[in-house]
Amino acid sequence: MKFEDEPVPGYPLPIRPGHTSPGRFERVLRAGAFAVTAELAPPDSADPEDVYRRARVFEGYVDAINATDGSGANCHMSSLAVCALLTRIGHAPVMQISCRDRNRIAIQGDILGGAAMGVCNMLCLTGDGVQAGDHPQAMPVFDLDAISLLDIACNLRDHHRFESGRKISYAPRVLLGAAENPVAPPAEHRALRLAKKVAAGAQFVQTQYCFDLERLRVFMRAVEELGVLERAFILVGVGPLRSAKAAEWMRAHVPGMHVPDEIIARLAGASDQAREGRNLCVELIQELHTIKGVSGVHVMAYRQEESVAEVIERSGVLGGRRPWRPEGTQFGSLDRKTS
Amino acid sequence: MYATRLWSVRHARGLARFYQGFETLLLNLAPLWRLLGYRRLERPVAAVERVVKGLLFDCKMCGRCVLSSTGMSCPMNCPKQLRNGPCGGVRADGHCEVRPEMRCVWMEAFAGAERIPGGLDAIRVVQGPVDRRLEGSSSWLRVVREKSETPR
Repeated sequence: MKFEDEPVPGYPLPIRPGHTSPGRFERVLRAGAFAVTAELAPPDSADPEDVYRRARVFEGYVDAINATDGSGANCHMSSLAVCALLTRIGHAPVMQISCRDRNRIAIQGDILGGAAMGVCNMLCLTGDGVQAGDHPQAMPVFDLDAISLLDIACNLRDHHRFESGRKISYAPRVLLGAAENPVAPPAEHRALRLAKKVAAGAQFVQTQYCFDLERLRVFMRAVEELGVLERAFILVGVGPLRSAKAAEWMRAHVPGMHVPDEIIARLAGASDQAREGRNLCVELIQELHTIKGVSGVHVMAYRQEESVAEVIERSGVLGGRRPWRPEGTQFGSLDRKTS
Repeated sequence: MYATRLWSVRHARGLARFYQGFETLLLNLAPLWRLLGYRRLERPVAAVERVVKGLLFDCKMCGRCVLSSTGMSCPMNCPKQLRNGPCGGVRADGHCEVRPEMRCVWMEAFAGAERIPGGLDAIRVVQGPVDRRLEGSSSWLRVVREKSETPR
């Protein structure tokens, strides 16, 4: 899918009335399409080709690619750099900004830098605690929290000012996002917290993995009552589970990951667990498609990224729509034939 | 102390009411504080505040107290110092992602806020980032000074 007024890939689109970014992702959301985003795990490498290779498996199936920012408090290539590389070939990346590793001086600099590199979408996160990752000896920063970060980013974009009040000459034109975990305690107050994020400036929301649709439905109703749906697009987090054992490990070790026992039992009972995991993911996406207020899905398929295309294709949620994909010879397309 | 901190949340309503009275008293005495000089008062008042709030709330003396908006559960006890609500990592049993032995500060905050009239409205207010220069200073004096010196 290509917009008629789309210039050279990676160049900004004209900003439509009511839009805040020159990006493709915002166009898809505001056009009312069921959007698909996927999570790219940045490499432990300084080779740009490693980034392009990881993006290639998503091409033609996703509307935006999230580059995580030290997810699980593990060290990888920075989200800013991954996003900057992805914009070179025309992708619509979502830059994740976590408050764990940088203070407000560094973060505001990154917002300007990212926008200057053509990044149109930024996801404001608190971040996992350092104890969860490979550098538990590191200093946790948390100068800001996700909500004060949204507030600051909004201030940069809409009022052209740093938190200090100092003016900037050209504002970052970005779509701002937030995360939510609808199934984590305190479940009865999660909707309120999301409403607070939207009040602080979140325009789209990507949730944690959501396997419990009953709880999600309750959450969506609460969110609707708070008037969030008119102001933000909600993409629900999904992903194929590789096996019952992997799901149990994730439940115990990944912060904020809640997997119901029935799901684990279903995986354990299957002869091909990985395949059952993908089936489950397809069913979940199809269910989500029917829930009011769900604007899309955010697929997190850590170490199974190559299955994303299949899962999306089988779910049928794109409905014949083909998300943008790079064409021709551009950066990093030298070994395209292998994909 | 963790136990007294939990006690304070259970008694959030009473503590909130007490603080209201205390703040009114301090405000009424504002001319006296001005006479004595806020700078001279800063150290002794901060010392008292540290002891009292330290005992009741495990106060970290951030200098920008929001206890009345957080159900009397001090958000600076959150390992991520979140001042606007819980993170997504809260465990299924309501305990902290970083320190599993501790109840999530925000689970407590919501429990406390439910006990204070208007508490759930106060918790919805977006808190801006903390001014880290205020760390260690008296929040009581700052509030009294701001409220008594800004024209109503």
